[in-house]
Amino acid sequence: MDHSHGVPGAVQVGIGLLYLVATLMNIGFALYQNQVTKDKLQGMIWNFVAAVFGIHAVAYLAQSGWPIFPWLEQFINWIMGPTVYFVLACLAFGKFIIFRKHFTTPHVAWAWLMFALWFSGQAMTNPNFKEIITKPDNVPIVLLVFSVGFLTWLAMRKAVINDERIARGEPPMEKLGEDKVLVWPDLVYTELIAMIICTVILIVWAIVLKAPLEQPASSAKIPNPSKAPWYFLGLQEMLVYYDPWMAGVVLPTFIVKGLIALPYIDFNLKGNGYYTFKERAFAVTTFLFGFIVLWCVLIVLGTFLRGPNWNFFGPFELWDPHKNVPLNNINLSDYFWLMGFGEAIEGKHWLIREAPGLMVVFVYLVVLPPIIAKTVMRTFFIRMGFVRFMLLVTLIQFMACLPIKMVLRWVFNLKYIVFIPEYFFNI
Amino acid sequence: MSIGDYIRNSQIWKSIFRHPAPRDRRNRVVVMLTNVFLHLHPVSVRKSGIELSFTWCMGGITFFLFLVETVTGVLLMFYYRPTLEHAYNDILSLRDVTTLGILRELHRWGAHAMVITIWLHMYRVFLTGSYKPPREFNWGVGVILLVLTLLLSFTGYLLPWDQLAIWAITVGSNMARATPFLGNEGPGAKALVIGGVELIHSGSDARFLLLGARFVGEATLLRFYVLHCVALPLAAALLIAVHFWRIRKDGGISGAL
Repeated sequence: MDHSHGVPGAVQVGIGLLYLVATLMNIGFALYQNQVTKDKLQGMIWNFVAAVFGIHAVAYLAQSGWPIFPWLEQFINWIMGPTVYFVLACLAFGKFIIFRKHFTTPHVAWAWLMFALWFSGQAMTNPNFKEIITKPDNVPIVLLVFSVGFLTWLAMRKAVINDERIARGEPPMEKLGEDKVLVWPDLVYTELIAMIICTVILIVWAIVLKAPLEQPASSAKIPNPSKAPWYFLGLQEMLVYYDPWMAGVVLPTFIVKGLIALPYIDFNLKGNGYYTFKERAFAVTTFLFGFIVLWCVLIVLGTFLRGPNWNFFGPFELWDPHKNVPLNNINLSDYFWLMGFGEAIEGKHWLIREAPGLMVVFVYLVVLPPIIAKTVMRTFFIRMGFVRFMLLVTLIQFMACLPIKMVLRWVFNLKYIVFIPEYFFNI
Repeated sequence: MSIGDYIRNSQIWKSIFRHPAPRDRRNRVVVMLTNVFLHLHPVSVRKSGIELSFTWCMGGITFFLFLVETVTGVLLMFYYRPTLEHAYNDILSLRDVTTLGILRELHRWGAHAMVITIWLHMYRVFLTGSYKPPREFNWGVGVILLVLTLLLSFTGYLLPWDQLAIWAITVGSNMARATPFLGNEGPGAKALVIGGVELIHSGSDARFLLLGARFVGEATLLRFYVLHCVALPLAAALLIAVHFWRIRKDGGISGAL
């Protein structure tokens, strides 16, 4: 896209308002640091940040804002791909879990939020980015990203504080408010206020943003890309790595089954009714990885970064339907027979042809659990008993299916581990 | 006597509320017990349990959005006919002609918001460990409600009958034909043969059951309409009742023991 015409006026106003809000937020945060925590240095820093956002706000509201730095735009487009995107998400997740105390400190989290707001505003100057983000049905995902980010911070912050209290032998914060209050008026009024706020938000949202209505349905004109509703796009993204019977049926079924089974698998009675990380490190890490990385991160990928032919496009890239991505993926049976033994796979009975892949699956699902029970998760096995433990391991194996296949695809160009098209049985 | 007191002492007021206004402790207790809507709540709760930063209010908001969807949905049903001839045009006139056509926006954004809030509710319940005994069963009910919410949203997605709708549903429902044994392109389906006759083909498989046809068409529109407006809301309402009742029976909002 050509940037010489600058950023459209209406977009500038929108970005200006965003930066104005950020300015006010930083003034408020600086005030909080000065008055409440009495941290003069932090107060100075955030007043300075407020000033920077203020300059941005004035510039964009005066219609003289600048487009995002071309080098930044090009660098992000160049470096982004499904591999980099997902690996970065995993690394960020791991870093957040390990250094949770650092990342949940208010001014650190605030700095990240401010960076996100600044970058969002800059990114909106790019016409390609803006077009995808502001599609009416995609707006909820922006809402999802910010609310999940904020609430994860909030929960982790409370968990870190509680963990420190527990380590000192004090009860968690939630224990302090043990005294009972009457539901009328304390709860019903909160509910009333929440309902009013929701109603106002919903009505404003409905007035500002029209519900999408495209051309009348036609079975002849297939849109490219054809996408499921946004909340299923994580599942649709799995279709890159698995056939529909796995990505669309088996794995979603396992998600639902796993969620229902969760209270019966989690034998840890600690952490009931209060936020904590240390007392439930394994459960929380697993669940967060599933919800944030395998669900939310993939929804963002499927919505914003997958274009025509389900090809990957950088956030600032034009969705070009003619983009050519070479597909040279190879099945495990090819690797084994063709490259291993130099034999042609044609003419072999499927059972012999796919024996290596079937062996791999057998080892993964049947041989691996007892080995895990004897080694790395021995204490789990002893404490959980056979049935619970097998359920847990099976669920984790199915959850791990996706990242495992991703890595195999990226590293070895592996298409299918088992390829039996005769029976639609491809893994 | 002020007007307010006059009203509260009238026979009509007393016949509805059965007790004086909830201004003292006794009546604040009684109001929770004698009102069918309020009695979904307990009479008193732990102070830490109702702090906004603890509960995030997401479950309540989800229920509120369910009510919003019900009200706006009923109103939308006055203007919408689920046939190939009318569906798209009815949505067009909702947008361009009908007074308060904003109903459709309220319904659609409310639905999207509900999907998000129910996820966040589950997220909070997990992070506070509130699925642990004695609340294991209610967590399961909640998971089913989550699935129902997604299905409600998915069936509603088809009704405008535009390109966005039909292709999103096509992509989604194509998964059903890959169901193991029950979909015509699912593993194992070819094995279900009796006397040389295939039991599972494109006219008898799981996808056909969902769509009422071999592709997304008029039969699908009717099926999704009935599921969206009658079957799924009824199922959800039933489970919501169970969910709320069990919250009370399982000891109210969870808190540190």
